[in-house]
Amino acid sequence: MTRDAGYWIGFAVVLALLTAAPLVLPEFWRRFATEILIWGLLAMSSDILIGYTGMVSFGHSAFFGLGMYGAAAALLGVRPPSLWLAIVSGLVGAGVVAVFVAYFSTRLRDIYFSITTLVFSQIFYVVIFTWTEVTGGENGLSFRQPPFSIPGVVSTAFTPVTLHWFVLGVVALSYLVLRRVTQSPFGKVLQAIRENEARTRAIGYPIERYKIVAVMLSGLFAGLAGVLYAIQNKFAAPDFVFFAVSGEVVIFNVMGGMGTLVGPVAGAAFFLLLREGLSRFFTEYYLIPVGIIFTLMVMFVPQGLLGFLRRRLNP
Amino acid sequence: MTVPIPIEQILVQTVNGIVSGMILALVASGLTLIFGIMDVVNFAHGELVMLGAFVGATTLASTGSFWLAFVTAVLVLAVFGAALQASTLRPLLGRDPLTTILATFGISLVLQKYALWQWGPSARKIQEPITGQFHLFYLEYPWYRVATAIFAAAIIGALWLFLRRGKYGIWIRAATQDRIMASAMGIPVPLVHTMVFAIGSGMAAASGVLFGPLGGVTQTMGFDFTLRAFIVVVVGGMGNLGGSILASIFVSLLEAYASLVVSPAQAVIASFVALILTLLFRPTGLFVPTPK
Repeated sequence: MTRDAGYWIGFAVVLALLTAAPLVLPEFWRRFATEILIWGLLAMSSDILIGYTGMVSFGHSAFFGLGMYGAAAALLGVRPPSLWLAIVSGLVGAGVVAVFVAYFSTRLRDIYFSITTLVFSQIFYVVIFTWTEVTGGENGLSFRQPPFSIPGVVSTAFTPVTLHWFVLGVVALSYLVLRRVTQSPFGKVLQAIRENEARTRAIGYPIERYKIVAVMLSGLFAGLAGVLYAIQNKFAAPDFVFFAVSGEVVIFNVMGGMGTLVGPVAGAAFFLLLREGLSRFFTEYYLIPVGIIFTLMVMFVPQGLLGFLRRRLNP
Repeated sequence: MTVPIPIEQILVQTVNGIVSGMILALVASGLTLIFGIMDVVNFAHGELVMLGAFVGATTLASTGSFWLAFVTAVLVLAVFGAALQASTLRPLLGRDPLTTILATFGISLVLQKYALWQWGPSARKIQEPITGQFHLFYLEYPWYRVATAIFAAAIIGALWLFLRRGKYGIWIRAATQDRIMASAMGIPVPLVHTMVFAIGSGMAAASGVLFGPLGGVTQTMGFDFTLRAFIVVVVGGMGNLGGSILASIFVSLLEAYASLVVSPAQAVIASFVALILTLLFRPTGLFVPTPK
């Protein structure tokens, strides 16, 4: 009981700090904090696969990107632009891709799964990059930010502060949902697959079905992160479907600590801060020191920054 | 409805496909050799191709000799690969294979940005050593391309001979079959691993230099090679040398034919689809005997 109370106190403190953050931070860091939350959500979604099921996805950019383009489709196609429609449309976009990817890739294990997800994300990248009439090709699509609205109650334009709160609300809620999922019997089966797939199958669990649902769930939350990023930045671009984003997601997970859900968010924060700090000295070559740090962490700190909390976060 | 494609064009694309397939085979056989012996999926393999091409281009620019540049690139990258394996991958031996993907992924980031820093973003061209051309239907086909395919085949053939005959080849094959038994028989397995990684890196550098005159040298070329080599190695059967050579040609031909119909950027999808179909219907690889 006390352990549980400690967890919720910690959760409340972090939530309160993140709520207060935009009120005290200067403009640049306010935006930065919002971005950390969005990338954190993306990293969290992939943790379901990497950390809990033991499948390293190198294709999360596809879900993220399709979330962005799905939101863009709703915001450009429907007048007046609706926030909720954008979210639904983005989730549908990511969900359709996730069904497709899940169906094919979950038949494979280990490195084959990684390569398949990578190849799938490249397929979507090539399609989006070359299908200029619909996706805007290399330039992507830009649109206006939708107002925050509850039909019949309120409709106001986002300010940076309220956008931060909205993102925080979505991310915190997603975290609680994902945490509940990992603690559910379903989540326990995923962890059993990670620990010993053959034995889990022998007990009688239909492994493939569990994996398909895991990939779809992960894809949906990645798509949600894509929607949030599209709303924050008012554009969708093929760069975000490219493999580099998937690679960063894997970096977030490794740096923060796989299998903790909050670890990847911390990893995203750590990575973005490193990038911010290092690019002042190394400009676009910041990936050289970051890559070295990442490789060293894989070798010597495989549990990541928050790995020491793993037992406490997964009761 | 459909526009018929002239037979000459198909034949030219066949030659093109075989040439790029042989270069890819050179990359993929290094990758599959490394995977076969130490279960390392080298995400940085394409970056080794890219580094080799840059070392070659730099040497060529200062000495003017293509073959000197070729030998320098191969030797430099072989030493570099050995150092990389000894420093980063040797400590990871016996850990989850996914750990090595992550580690080599980190290395690929570093190498790519290093190349950007060292050589800048603009593409470099390696001047081909053989400038002659011959008639191939409606166009003048450069001899260099044909020479490339033959040369790549010769290198792969030499590798095969090296693995079949001689003490070190037997060491490598023994360590591939059973690491523990091999070291019990007195084979210095860690050294063999480093040696194999050096050979794989050298072959990657060779393909980088050979590819230079055909496609130019850029710091982003590595990822393309990594992706293609992965596809080939999976289609051909992981760790299977003959299979990955056949698969290289198969995949390159597919892409060459596809680019008759769609743009080259979209033709890549043909090889992606080949990979997915292979994984679905024959996950052990197309060009290996059916496992019992």
